[in-house]
Amino acid sequence: MSVITDNTKLGQSRSLRDEMIVFVAMTALLAIVPFTGLYPFFVMQGLCFALFACAFNLLIGYGGLLSFGHAMFLGTAGYFTAHALKEWGVTPELGIVVGTAGAFALAVLTGLVAIRRQGIYFAMITLALSQLVFFIYLQTPFTHGEDGIQGIPQGTLFGLFDLSKPTVLYYVILVGFLIGFLIVFRAINSPFGEVLKSIRENEQRAISLGYKADQYKLLAYILSGTLSGFAGSLKVFVAQNASLTDVHWTMSGEIVLMTLVGGLGTVFGPVVGAFVIVAMQQYLAGFGQWVTVIQGVIFVVCVLTFRRGIVGEIAAYFKRSL
Amino acid sequence: MQALYAQLLVGLINGSFYALLSLGLAVIFGMLNIINFAHGALYMMGAFCAYFLLNGLGLNYWYALIISPLAVGLFGILLERTLLRWLTGLDHLYGLLLTFGIALIIQGVFQNYFGSSGLPYAIPSQLQGGVNLGFMFLPIYRGWVVIFSLAVCLATWYLIERTRLGAYLRAATENPALVRAFGINVPRMITLTYGLGIGLAALAGVLSAPINQVRPLMGADLIIVVFAVVVIGGMGSIMGSVITGFTLGVVEGLTKYFYPEASNTVVFVLMVLVLLVKPAGLTGRTT
Repeated sequence: MSVITDNTKLGQSRSLRDEMIVFVAMTALLAIVPFTGLYPFFVMQGLCFALFACAFNLLIGYGGLLSFGHAMFLGTAGYFTAHALKEWGVTPELGIVVGTAGAFALAVLTGLVAIRRQGIYFAMITLALSQLVFFIYLQTPFTHGEDGIQGIPQGTLFGLFDLSKPTVLYYVILVGFLIGFLIVFRAINSPFGEVLKSIRENEQRAISLGYKADQYKLLAYILSGTLSGFAGSLKVFVAQNASLTDVHWTMSGEIVLMTLVGGLGTVFGPVVGAFVIVAMQQYLAGFGQWVTVIQGVIFVVCVLTFRRGIVGEIAAYFKRSL
Repeated sequence: MQALYAQLLVGLINGSFYALLSLGLAVIFGMLNIINFAHGALYMMGAFCAYFLLNGLGLNYWYALIISPLAVGLFGILLERTLLRWLTGLDHLYGLLLTFGIALIIQGVFQNYFGSSGLPYAIPSQLQGGVNLGFMFLPIYRGWVVIFSLAVCLATWYLIERTRLGAYLRAATENPALVRAFGINVPRMITLTYGLGIGLAALAGVLSAPINQVRPLMGADLIIVVFAVVVIGGMGSIMGSVITGFTLGVVEGLTKYFYPEASNTVVFVLMVLVLLVKPAGLTGRTT
């Protein structure tokens, strides 16, 4: 069994120190964004997708499982959070819990089906499952079909933070992103993450050593799906809507692209990739369908010549692990 | 009852597209170890090719039935020679990502020039009208699609399972290095196999043009259903793909009659059930 990512980790202690330094730098950079005059909406959107990509990367980069249906978690959590906020009038924190719990439940259900096959079949099954979920949302009334749920109230988080203020919202989203990022970071560097990587490298051998590979894969899938849902819930406060685009297979493709561009199996790659692709979409919005073509070209170029991704290439050049 | 038979016929037609497409996917996967995500886009190109032939060169449906699979098949061969070839030795998943990118490019280009609405393609004059079978009215074109697809599927089966070329092909699927050692040009066979699979997809596109209209995204959703068909049937056997394709089409047609709300999802639900009961698929071997 070959391995999907060319990015491998070097010695533990040094790489962990490097990653910590970059993490602090990244956090500092993101923290000063409101003072730089950068369009905060853009950065918040980038942060949501960055978290989504990190969650996705946990599964493919470290578990070797390519899910082509991850949009179902983003979209499900988005719909659940939006519905809870708008129709039930719950507080933001409860809305996030409802959305993330929805994604968790979906991850458990679909995970039990999807991990029954590996490799290429896993990708096809997750894609088909997400299409199933898409059609369900297309038909159930609470999602409002093509219109989506719009005009969602942002509310006051914990009764303290007024989310309708852009700066407050920005820091709340940033904290949410950092929490999610650290969970992924911790998972990668835990004994759980090591076993996951060993299963990716050689599943038969991991099984022969006594590890229950299916349980590890299922756990990684559930963790990844739940965190993707968390990203989807946060995104509702930024975009103030929940629509079918977030459940469509094109979204699943985009998250694969972001992770691939940034670097599969790198810690910071998904974050970089998410910002690159979100920025690209922002600047090329006027080109209509050519954006799809450009995305396709990036896919082709990345797969043929640039499989390590941006961060993977940098890490390889400096012989560090990032 | 009329409506039931009509839906059954629609089911058989969709089933023939599933069969032609999943057949191509299975053959390509066997030789190239790639799941061809661009299959839906190339199916769409087949339909557009027929449309161009008619409106640009004045060549009718019967010419399109031959020229379109050849032209799109050649395009496929070009893709294989220039892009897919570089994936040898890499993880299967890269093939999926690369062909997904190719699908995005093709669909995006067509969407730019033709929007998302459908272009009409008339049923050829020889196949217009219908016959009354007593229990139902059968539009001749629809009957033709089912019978012709079935014939093509059987011919493909014969080619692969019963001819010398097919024997080389099957041998090369099992062990390419050994077959090469016997002096058979395996890379050329790989290229031709990809062309064959793409040709089948383009043929399905031509057949569907008069029924479903010619749209840039006509293959995008179809390919996902075909993936589910492939998961259900497994990619182990040619006949398995054909039978699964037609059966699922019929099941979908029946669902449209008895419970229309679930007609979009029934194939995916069946996929889940099959995975729970028989994880390797109905005819497939475990991977």
